[in-house]
Amino acid sequence: MNYFRYSSPAAFYPLAGTLARVFGWIAVLLAIAGLWIGFAIAPTDFQQGDAYRIIFIHVPAAWMSMFIYLVMAFWSALSLGLNARLSAMMAQALAPTGALMTFIALWTGAFWGRPTWGTYWAWDARMTSELILLFLYFGVIALRNAIDDDRRADRACAVLTLVGAVNVPIIYFSVQWWNTLHQGSTISLVAAPRMATIMLTGMLVMTFAAWFYAIAVALVRVRCIILEREQGAAWTSQLTEPGKS
Amino acid sequence: MNSPAASTTLARSASPAEAGAWPGMRWALRRDLKLALRSRSELGVQLLFYVIVVSLFPLASSPDRNLLMAMGPGVLWVAALLASLLSLPRLFASDYADGVLEQIALSPYPLPALVSGKIAAHWLTTGLPVVLLAPLLGLQYALDGEALTVLTFALLLGTPILSLLGAIGAALTLGLRGGGSLLALLVLPLCVPVLIFGAGAVAAVQAGLGATGNLQLLGAGLLVAIVGAPLAASAAIRIALD
Repeated sequence: MNYFRYSSPAAFYPLAGTLARVFGWIAVLLAIAGLWIGFAIAPTDFQQGDAYRIIFIHVPAAWMSMFIYLVMAFWSALSLGLNARLSAMMAQALAPTGALMTFIALWTGAFWGRPTWGTYWAWDARMTSELILLFLYFGVIALRNAIDDDRRADRACAVLTLVGAVNVPIIYFSVQWWNTLHQGSTISLVAAPRMATIMLTGMLVMTFAAWFYAIAVALVRVRCIILEREQGAAWTSQLTEPGKS
Repeated sequence: MNSPAASTTLARSASPAEAGAWPGMRWALRRDLKLALRSRSELGVQLLFYVIVVSLFPLASSPDRNLLMAMGPGVLWVAALLASLLSLPRLFASDYADGVLEQIALSPYPLPALVSGKIAAHWLTTGLPVVLLAPLLGLQYALDGEALTVLTFALLLGTPILSLLGAIGAALTLGLRGGGSLLALLVLPLCVPVLIFGAGAVAAVQAGLGATGNLQLLGAGLLVAIVGAPLAASAAIRIALD
């Protein structure tokens, strides 16, 4: 079997449609299960009350925000190295989802912090690096929008994503060090008491839901991108206007 | 259409056989320095911008000495970052507009070497003055001798990183609409570690801790940037010229 068959947009387009539907449904089912575990089964935390339940959204979103950037960097490296168009389209399709996940992580974190820490925002190392990650996503998206030529946009965004990927760990550790340098960490997520199994289960289920959601949405988006870029090609005009040949 | 003057001087100065990295870097450095020194007023305005931004902060907050001492390093660093950002479009944009950049990319010299030379010239004309002015401006913030020394040294290590990272952004945004603000969006997040370690070095000295760790990390960052940034910037230039 030729694995490179699906690196052609025309071959990938129908496959992406099928996969998007499958992953979308898995995401819906997992999200229902996860939310049910999180909000109906899991007990109230004796320290944090019901406010802790935000972790069922917050933690998966935070994980996904970092993971999607890595995946973007992977596709960017492929697109630069192999000069593959579809890889660049995948990177492009992932960026908005990554930004959304980062934003959700920050937003839910703020609402969790208010009742728990007594403040919406603290310059905690994780929060700060997440904020900078959001800026990196915005940078990639803005660069893409500023360039009219698709191929130039692909390659410029790939370079930027890779430079960012090298920088992300440095940012993370610098921010962590900066915070510990200024003050002893009074508030820490790590020091929380060990999590009950049912809470962990809910969180993991929600993480898989977020994962499948991200894949499904990226595939739907990549289909749109393919159609936009390939307009004028014979196979797309057959898709959009079946009557004409 | 092509500018014969630019291409011939570059082509004549070395046959392809001896078109090594060092001569290329020297050529780009000399050329950009000469160009920069011929528009001295522009350089002066950028330096004034730095001085004014630094002077505005006490006016906007308070002239309290303790507050100024705590704020000073951060303010000087942010101002240095903004001043570097302000001068970045000049790095490649005018050469791109009049076609010289294309000739440079076609020359037998390795492009990363030429880009390194341009970045070095950019730092010498915009970064170095900022470093030299820092002790003077630090006095406005009631910094003592040791803190001033560390601040200057940290800026000496850190401002080249700003020029190097900025060059990547400048090359990526060549010829794009809204280039200036887009450049800020791309470059500023990448500069966060430099800011943290640079201002952190002074804060560490003020707190009675040694600044060695911060300075070593800045130095390590500088080495990584010297190796990586010219490569990334020349890749971005080739993309822009396609």
